[in-house]
Amino acid sequence: MSIKFTKTHEWVKFTDDNTAYIGITDYAQSELGDVVYIRLPEAGETLTTGQPFTDIESVKAVSEIFSPVDGVVSESNELLDAAPELINEAPYDTWIIKAENINKTAEFLTEEEYNEIIKG
Amino acid sequence: MANYISITESEKKQMLDAVGVSEIEELFGGIPEKVTLKAPLAIPHGLPEQKVFAKMSAMAAKNKVYRSIFRGGGAYRHYIPAVVDSICSKEEFVTAYTPYQPEISQGVLQAIFEYQSMICRLTDMDVSNASVYDGATAAAEAVAMCKTPRKNKALLSSALNPQIIETVKTYCFGSDTPYEILPHTDGKTNVDFSDSDASCIIISQPNFYGVIEDVEKICENAHGKGIKVIVCCNPISLALLKTPGECGADIAVGDAQPLGIPLSFGGPYLGFMACKTELTRKLPGRIVGQTTDTRGNRAFVLTLQAREQHIRREKASSNICSNQALCALRAGVYLSAMGSRGLERAASHCAAKAHYMAAELCKIKGVSLAYKNEFFNEFLTICPKPEAALSALDDAGILGGLVVDGKVLWCVTEQNSIDEIDEAVGIVREVCGK
Repeated sequence: MSIKFTKTHEWVKFTDDNTAYIGITDYAQSELGDVVYIRLPEAGETLTTGQPFTDIESVKAVSEIFSPVDGVVSESNELLDAAPELINEAPYDTWIIKAENINKTAEFLTEEEYNEIIKG
Repeated sequence: MANYISITESEKKQMLDAVGVSEIEELFGGIPEKVTLKAPLAIPHGLPEQKVFAKMSAMAAKNKVYRSIFRGGGAYRHYIPAVVDSICSKEEFVTAYTPYQPEISQGVLQAIFEYQSMICRLTDMDVSNASVYDGATAAAEAVAMCKTPRKNKALLSSALNPQIIETVKTYCFGSDTPYEILPHTDGKTNVDFSDSDASCIIISQPNFYGVIEDVEKICENAHGKGIKVIVCCNPISLALLKTPGECGADIAVGDAQPLGIPLSFGGPYLGFMACKTELTRKLPGRIVGQTTDTRGNRAFVLTLQAREQHIRREKASSNICSNQALCALRAGVYLSAMGSRGLERAASHCAAKAHYMAAELCKIKGVSLAYKNEFFNEFLTICPKPEAALSALDDAGILGGLVVDGKVLWCVTEQNSIDEIDEAVGIVREVCGK
């Protein structure tokens, strides 16, 4: 399962052509600091590329997470309700939502391209 | 204000020297010439204390003060134990505002924490905020709490206080939230959730007409459809009725004015808000939490501040970032002074005397209860000559009920004696019974 990145610091792992897990990058979590809360979208919520689908609260700030795809939320990671810190501990193993019916996506970056961007 | 000591001339000079200016006026040098005053403001000079007292007393004498009151409709006259004024006029507490450098004011935070704890106990909810402006605001904020990206429609009982309905509608207008007003039958809200896609329903317990709603049943049906239930309650009634928590409600709100806050011509009052743990992150306003300091002592902090508008900015679902600290303190002191038994006794007196008055009024020809359902301390009567009856009561120094759609909404509290009730009923009989 290859991992793709966005300029807005989300990662996407496709399980098939129109289903994928979505999370935030290691760089994003380190910039945010300790995550204390994330609103978990309900199954059925619509996802629009480039539009926020939820917000995440850290000890420093509240930030939006942008959808890297057009589709629908099929599931949220319920573990995050009780343990939002999983995002800090293992950002690439901690998905936030699972998206389905994906019919459009953002312009993805490879890991190398993304690393270039965050080096700034 | 024993703690206020003004500065001496030499201290003033020392301070001016320290910042390097010779006159206080120089500090305002940055203000453009064209907006500065050229002459002093045209306001009268000060008056001697004796004259001020006479002037204010003459103004106060213009108020009509009733010796007996039978009107509620959202504001209720209850006995306020003397300790409430005594504690709440302590200068350390006399500020209507929540502290902005909060943790330095441990006393204020503890007072708010105690208030929150009492509100939770009274409503059987898990979390309470530090209070909001009034009951209507609390109701509107509660509706905003229930919105999700998929569901945002609010169901409003038509038996809510009209001021609550107006405030909720105003909030809904501002946030593009659809709403629907539910009709009522015989004074009880008509609820039909079949094919409802609403996010929440808001009802009042007891409702505007005084009627006790079937909150438990409404919660059961609403939850079956994934609809949250907001109950606006009269806090005194909670000592007798099933609490919102016991009924399974998600959010309890109301005006806490009956808890030690005088009628004062309509305000300031106090909105309380409490909810289940699951909704904590959506609860607006300040929340005081208990923790331990670096030495392991009990301490209080403002907690979960990331919910608040000054952190969330435009993403906040509420713009409340303050509370009614002094009014909340009054409610806290009132509840401590009354205790759970005291509150229960006050509530029992309200209910018993209201039922006595209703029975007496209904002996008058042409007077009857508009709704047959059970009530707490307010009830709506059909009355042949409402305006004439109220005006006759007014002449006798008695504030009668509130006219609602040509009927009269009466309210009785523990403050009304049986003699007062008999007198008022006698006057209504004189006017209507002939």
